[in-house]
Amino acid sequence: MIWNEEFETLPREALESLQLKRLKATVDRVYATVPFYKKKFDEAGLKPSHIKSLKDMRLLPFTVKTDLRDNYPFGLFSVPMESVVRVHASSGTTGKPIVVGYTRRDIDTWAELMARTLTAAGIHKGDIVHNSYGYGLFTGGLGAHYGAERIGASVIPISGGNTKRQIMIMKDFGPTAITCTPSYALHLADVARDMGIDPAKDFKIRVGCFGAEPWSEKMREQIEKIFNIDAVDIFGLTEVIGPGVSSECIEAKRGLHVFEDHFIPEIIDPETGEPLPYGEKGELVFTSITKEAFPVIRYRTRDISCLNPELCICGRTFVRMERITGRTDDMLIIRGVNVFPSQIESALMQIEGLEPHYQLIVDRKNNLDTIEVQVEVNERIFSDEVKQLEVIEKRVVHDIKEMFGVSCKCTLVEPKTIQRSEGKAKRVIDKRQL
Amino acid sequence: MKVEQISVFLENKSGRLAEVMRVLGSAGVNIRALSIADTSDFGILRVIVNDNDKAMKALKDNDFTVSKTEVVAVEVPDTPGGLAGILALLEKQSVNVEYMYAFIERSSDNAIIIFRFDGNDRAIKALSEAGITILEGAKVYNL
Ligand SMILES: [Zn+2]
Repeated sequence: MIWNEEFETLPREALESLQLKRLKATVDRVYATVPFYKKKFDEAGLKPSHIKSLKDMRLLPFTVKTDLRDNYPFGLFSVPMESVVRVHASSGTTGKPIVVGYTRRDIDTWAELMARTLTAAGIHKGDIVHNSYGYGLFTGGLGAHYGAERIGASVIPISGGNTKRQIMIMKDFGPTAITCTPSYALHLADVARDMGIDPAKDFKIRVGCFGAEPWSEKMREQIEKIFNIDAVDIFGLTEVIGPGVSSECIEAKRGLHVFEDHFIPEIIDPETGEPLPYGEKGELVFTSITKEAFPVIRYRTRDISCLNPELCICGRTFVRMERITGRTDDMLIIRGVNVFPSQIESALMQIEGLEPHYQLIVDRKNNLDTIEVQVEVNERIFSDEVKQLEVIEKRVVHDIKEMFGVSCKCTLVEPKTIQRSEGKAKRVIDKRQL
Repeated sequence: MKVEQISVFLENKSGRLAEVMRVLGSAGVNIRALSIADTSDFGILRVIVNDNDKAMKALKDNDFTVSKTEVVAVEVPDTPGGLAGILALLEKQSVNVEYMYAFIERSSDNAIIIFRFDGNDRAIKALSEAGITILEGAKVYNL
């Protein structure tokens, strides 16, 4: 299903001319209203009039996270505060958060984009949406909420936390769709089982929209099996708009359609900053082209992905970004080898019975990087025999060595000892003192 | 002829064994026999208790990973070479011992050895035929 047939299936040529028109307007706007952008453009000797085609995008300077921090809280707003009807902020755990603003039209755009997202997952009027994304400064909760209301679904604004109560409500209210982080979905399943509830049988959920943290294809299979649902990947980030930047379609579930009539995606080489062609992996960069209060120009997400321009079976003409396979700043360099936690996760998920409850401890001993993979023991892999458990440890060590050429240590740990946050799971502890 | 044993996964961290004992104790479970196999980072605690269901539930409720396994309890004559004879007998039948541990029966001072074989049924058959006493689960739970 497609929410906005007209725009989501625009022929490529028409889409590109719309993008160029909107890009020019955005560039004019930030140059005129945001001193930070004016200064950056001037330093680069760039005038808004130099942007004559989409190819000229590469002339625009990048914006990075620290630029947003340096202008805390409202320095990058492009409208006077009286036109801002809402602010949100990133969940920065260290230092000051990144603050973003929305005009009334931005909120409207956002609801439209989340309506597209939910519709792409097959959610419609008549569905009951259990929205476990956190409400508040975090964009997840309210983003999904407004989108669900826009399509006419019934929303349960449960937010995060109080898992047992959530399960009671899921059983009693009979939601048909759920929106939350993938790790919280697994946590919900764990707690439900402990309460004697079978998530596959005792809930009416048909589909889930999962995002706000990287996850893997294996984790998708697991969530789909545990809940007996379709699990759809959605993507967004506070700096760009929140959720609603891109979304998978339920028809293909292969890559997330970027809403290109509002955002222009690019993939760049994270080292050189050079744009990379379709199909090549690199850092994902976004330029917003319709936002009023908080436009971003070539914002470097630090997320690793690639773009696929192939026409999709769903009929959308928007390019698809591959699910995020890591972050440029999460990327661990272990003895010179680039290692993404998500790749280790997919290696673990290949092993029968293992659950994606793991943590990577990176350290440096005698000037040598060490990596320890801690995996929780569950009843499916537990045995009364030491050698059976050692087989699993050896298999993990072997598979990771095969994949990265890096030797690691695998330690089995007791269940529920690896911290499960209600939101994002902490996967890596880097103890190296460099 | 088989006895149910409960195995518990333990991290090699101080206090974990004590925690299992505390959980079982407060559930009113009595331990008949116990052994621990450990490596440098984890251990497997194996126990035989008077109430399996109660013990399993109490441990699961406290987030321990547990499993049930069938083992064989053999009464070993209190004579020199008693165990050696049994092992020789099993070897002849090519039954392998995965692990074993012993405890003393209070009433008779006989040693009872708990065996986990790679073929429990074959072992039971061979031992019974040789006239060796194998204890019923119910008897072991209530020793
Ligand atoms: Zn599609």
